[in-house]
Amino acid sequence: MTEAVLRSESLGLLLWRRFLKHRLAIASAVLLILLAVASAAAPLIEAAMGTPSWETDLMNRLAPPSLAHPLGTDELGRDYFIRMLYGGRVSLFVALVAAVTAMLIGTLIGLLAGYYGGVLDALLMRLADSVIALPLLPLLIVLAAIDPTELGLPDALVRSEEFSIYRVAAIIGLVGWPRVARLVRGATLSMREREFVRAAEALGAGAGRIMAVHILPNVLSPVIVATTLSVGGIILFESVLSFLGLGVQPPVASWGNMLTGAQELIWDAPMLVVWPGLLIFVTVIAFNFLGDGLNDALDPRAIER
Amino acid sequence: MTRFLTQRLFESVLLLAVMSFVVYGLIGLMPGDPIDILVMSNPELTDEDARRLKALLRLDEPIHARYLAWAGQALTGDFGYSRVHGQPVLTVLGPHLVRTLWLMGIAFVLAVAIAIPVGIIAALRPYSLTDYAVNFFTFAGISIPPFWLALLLIMLFSVQLEWLPAGGVPFRADAGWLDHARHLVLPVLTLTVLSVAGFTRYMRSDMMEALRQDYIRTAWAKGLPQHRVVLNHALRNALIPLVTVIALDFGTLFSGALITETMFAYPGMGKLIYDAIMGNDYNLALVGLLFATLLILVGNLLADLAYGWLDPRISYR
Repeated sequence: MTEAVLRSESLGLLLWRRFLKHRLAIASAVLLILLAVASAAAPLIEAAMGTPSWETDLMNRLAPPSLAHPLGTDELGRDYFIRMLYGGRVSLFVALVAAVTAMLIGTLIGLLAGYYGGVLDALLMRLADSVIALPLLPLLIVLAAIDPTELGLPDALVRSEEFSIYRVAAIIGLVGWPRVARLVRGATLSMREREFVRAAEALGAGAGRIMAVHILPNVLSPVIVATTLSVGGIILFESVLSFLGLGVQPPVASWGNMLTGAQELIWDAPMLVVWPGLLIFVTVIAFNFLGDGLNDALDPRAIER
Repeated sequence: MTRFLTQRLFESVLLLAVMSFVVYGLIGLMPGDPIDILVMSNPELTDEDARRLKALLRLDEPIHARYLAWAGQALTGDFGYSRVHGQPVLTVLGPHLVRTLWLMGIAFVLAVAIAIPVGIIAALRPYSLTDYAVNFFTFAGISIPPFWLALLLIMLFSVQLEWLPAGGVPFRADAGWLDHARHLVLPVLTLTVLSVAGFTRYMRSDMMEALRQDYIRTAWAKGLPQHRVVLNHALRNALIPLVTVIALDFGTLFSGALITETMFAYPGMGKLIYDAIMGNDYNLALVGLLFATLLILVGNLLADLAYGWLDPRISYR
């Protein structure tokens, strides 16, 4: 008994131990790291295999798996495996940018609502509730269908190949903030009344400084959990939009737009329908397990198992 | 009660009004207005004709003026015409709305009917093998790409087994209910799988929370049988938070319906809105989106009322 009392540990170590107990979360983290590394190394793997991802080969359409093409080729004769890796780069990049955008907007709105309270809080939270309750997908489709040049964006930028990547990331980020905002607001409300915040106020610290220096570090763990949990949903939204032809535009590959023509492939090459979807599924479920594990590790109320 | 209802109704109307303005503005930013499309498809139109037509349709006015004119007409019940269908928007919407209500309604009822018992079973034995299995399947359900699930179901049931049609609705007008039902199986299955996972997770956690309460210990202590404790005491209280989260999920349900309808060529509201946006039928897209939002707001309002019915302690004063 005394031994247990004497053995004190740092908070970080304690959290790390709790996280390690969540085996699924660990497995998910390892899997996601592997996926990210493989995607990042796509150009190297491409060079090593000698099958450029953009090179079409119409004599070799929908080829079955072989040594040269481990997963076969697509309807234009391009190597499917390499395209999936490049698709992973795009899908993971979009997820990261959109999640961070949503996190920044959500944290700012949550801090403002929780700290100032009153009318501002009521307005912002009604706005958040509305965005959560709305039929998001049709709205995202409307957002994705608008002509960016009408917003005053330069033509050259809009016509560049990568533009659709940033556009879909921005659109999803813009509507993804409410859950983070609600969590941050809740945490801010309870922090606002704590003694150290009162003390800072008494010392004459401004609202901005109190929010940034005193409250923000204390609400980071719900922010991290909510952001991790949001990545899965973001990948799904990106894949749906790209699948519908409104997200990442070909010839840039994403896991979603690789399935755009899949309804015709069902008969000729069913495995080409299976692979990208399976990768999306595995990635999303891994992010969800990871978020769940982080939640258990960081939530002081979680039951010890 | 009346005051609560009035406030919620006011908020809903305000939200609809804001939505209509935002969507109207966004649609104005889409490439090509109806006359541009007309000019492209008909080389005999002169610039003068185009100008005259634009003036006729008020397309030469600034966007806020156009919005006010549109809103004024909409308030009198005149939502205008669909460009592609050549019919009043409401005439086009009607049958699509009914089909979506069928699809969403059946899937919703099935999802709730599965989620409640499964959630209870998982909550009764937390961290058991059953619970882990349920947990795994719910994670799978919220992680599966909806369009991929639809593709897999089509591959299995329509291509491999040839049991069910891959999409659409009965072609013949006099098709029997069995034919209608056969066409509904795969879309309903898809939407149910998409919804049931989230509902089960909520049910499990709400039930676990309810089972931790003191009145449950009291109920056990006075010797009530398990089914009384679980169903009469815990379930009733677990349903209260469940209603709120499920109501917040109506928007997600509609998004799921949009993908499901598109995948199975099921002519409902979701596919109608998607096709309208892709086909530059902006008026139809706008009104369709507003009706979808209205549908969700009505669902939320009904959930609020159910909340009060489930929990008599809440008074809506």
